[in-house]
Amino acid sequence: MKGFHIYPKEIMKHFKNPKNLGKMKNADAVGEAGNLVCGDVMRIYLKIKEKDGKKIISDVKGEVFGCIVAIANTSMLTTMVKGKTLEEALKIDKEELIKRLGGREKIPPIKIHCSILALDALHEAIYNYYKKSGIPIPEKLRAEHERIQKSIQEIEKKHKEFLELERNIIDNK
Amino acid sequence: MRVYMDYAATTPVDPRVLKAMLPYFSKKFGNTMSLHSFGIEAKKALEESRATIADLMNAKTEEIIFTSSATESNNLALKGIAFANKDKGRHIIVSKIEHHCVLDSAKWLEKQGFEVTYLPVDKYGIVDLGELERSIRKDTILVSIMHANNEIGTIEPIEEIGKICREKGVYFHTDAAQSFGKIPIDVEKMNIDLLTASSHKMYGPKGAACLYVRKGVKIEPILHGGGHEFGLRSSTVNVACIVGFAEAAKICKKVMNKESERLKVLRDRLIKGCLKIENSHLNGHPTKRLPNNANFWFAFIEGESLVAQLDMYGIAASTGSACSSESLEPSHVLLAIGLKPHEAHGSLRLSIGRWTTKKEVDYVLEVLPGVVEKLRKISPYKGGW
Repeated sequence: MKGFHIYPKEIMKHFKNPKNLGKMKNADAVGEAGNLVCGDVMRIYLKIKEKDGKKIISDVKGEVFGCIVAIANTSMLTTMVKGKTLEEALKIDKEELIKRLGGREKIPPIKIHCSILALDALHEAIYNYYKKSGIPIPEKLRAEHERIQKSIQEIEKKHKEFLELERNIIDNK
Repeated sequence: MRVYMDYAATTPVDPRVLKAMLPYFSKKFGNTMSLHSFGIEAKKALEESRATIADLMNAKTEEIIFTSSATESNNLALKGIAFANKDKGRHIIVSKIEHHCVLDSAKWLEKQGFEVTYLPVDKYGIVDLGELERSIRKDTILVSIMHANNEIGTIEPIEEIGKICREKGVYFHTDAAQSFGKIPIDVEKMNIDLLTASSHKMYGPKGAACLYVRKGVKIEPILHGGGHEFGLRSSTVNVACIVGFAEAAKICKKVMNKESERLKVLRDRLIKGCLKIENSHLNGHPTKRLPNNANFWFAFIEGESLVAQLDMYGIAASTGSACSSESLEPSHVLLAIGLKPHEAHGSLRLSIGRWTTKKEVDYVLEVLPGVVEKLRKISPYKGGW
């Protein structure tokens, strides 16, 4: 177990006082990312209202099973997207999120992956919303969706292989 | 309130130990190999320390080799035995729940042409003796099975293991880093050929440990040089820390029975209290466990967050979650006892010690349910997996 001082203060601030976390009832869209095997799963709930012909995120909630960085980035992302249009929310890129969490230099390299997982969950939520509402899905978002789903399958496959390898070792000896 | 519940990671140095060590830094600082009075003074302290450590495990004085850490002792045991006995055979047996320094030494030996069997354990972490017997072959040269597990506290049946190894004519090494000084060890009665013990897990300083090597056991050194420690571990001897290690052993011998009875009561209070939390489970054996170890898994939450939350309340604990490891793999021990990765992610180890009070245990029991609840509230799995 590494000491918590390895995390930037921005991360610890959100971990200690997370914003907008918990379940949302009657959400207009839900997205999930991560995998139980590797230990981080995030879910993003969106409430979407129409204003001047634009879709606006009027409320957002996140749920997290995961480590300090996972909780912090979900909390951070919810504060960044509240009140934004879906198009604006989609413009938030991973570098911006990493920067808001303290920056690449301060986050341990092994934690970079889970520090952007909430963004995947958000993209999944918006993808699901577009799909459900019959709104054309931008090509970039569709590609994102395919990447996220593929990575989930890969983790599951890797884990299965790992277990099989272990079983073989036991059976053979 | 600051509550230390991570005694299995390391212990504070007992003030009596520190007092015994102090003269050996600036006054009796001699090199044990020097021929003058300064050297003799240091050498005398070293040999007295050796006798004290030997006494606590019923070994002969000259069978104790001082090292710098349990990791070094375990490396010496595995690699030293492997290289000295490779003409007899190249097969080694270890359990799947050994400390990384044993497992990684074994894996390294595999790369050098040795063959390793990793013995499975049951749901409590206990090695299957039948499986051990079946695994021993003509070319088996070493069995290494820990005395007590560092994560889940399970105590292995090492007396029976020792008996099996003795009957089959195979060397038996046990890593007793977590148990030495806490529960009785007798290398004669338990048929142990090599044993690792560590100072900083028993209220001594870091930087001192030992490997017991039974007289007549064929072993090669891994550090070559001045021929210290009967030629088995060259390096200028760290006299101050070894004196501290011995003083710690002296104290442990004196207080062991009383201390372990006291800790068992506190441990069981901790276990009973934690299991009152919904969807909580005990890891390891209910009774065959170290007097100071409690280990749980809490469903639907992740351990690093749990440990960090506890830290905010001043409570120091540890977890086997992947998030807290370098490799992002959950604890191999928890997987070996049959936990699923997501279950192992929610693990919490609370290890108590000499200065743990009932008040501290009750404080943890007061804080923990709220912290678990808080994390479950934000977990997508609060209603089930």
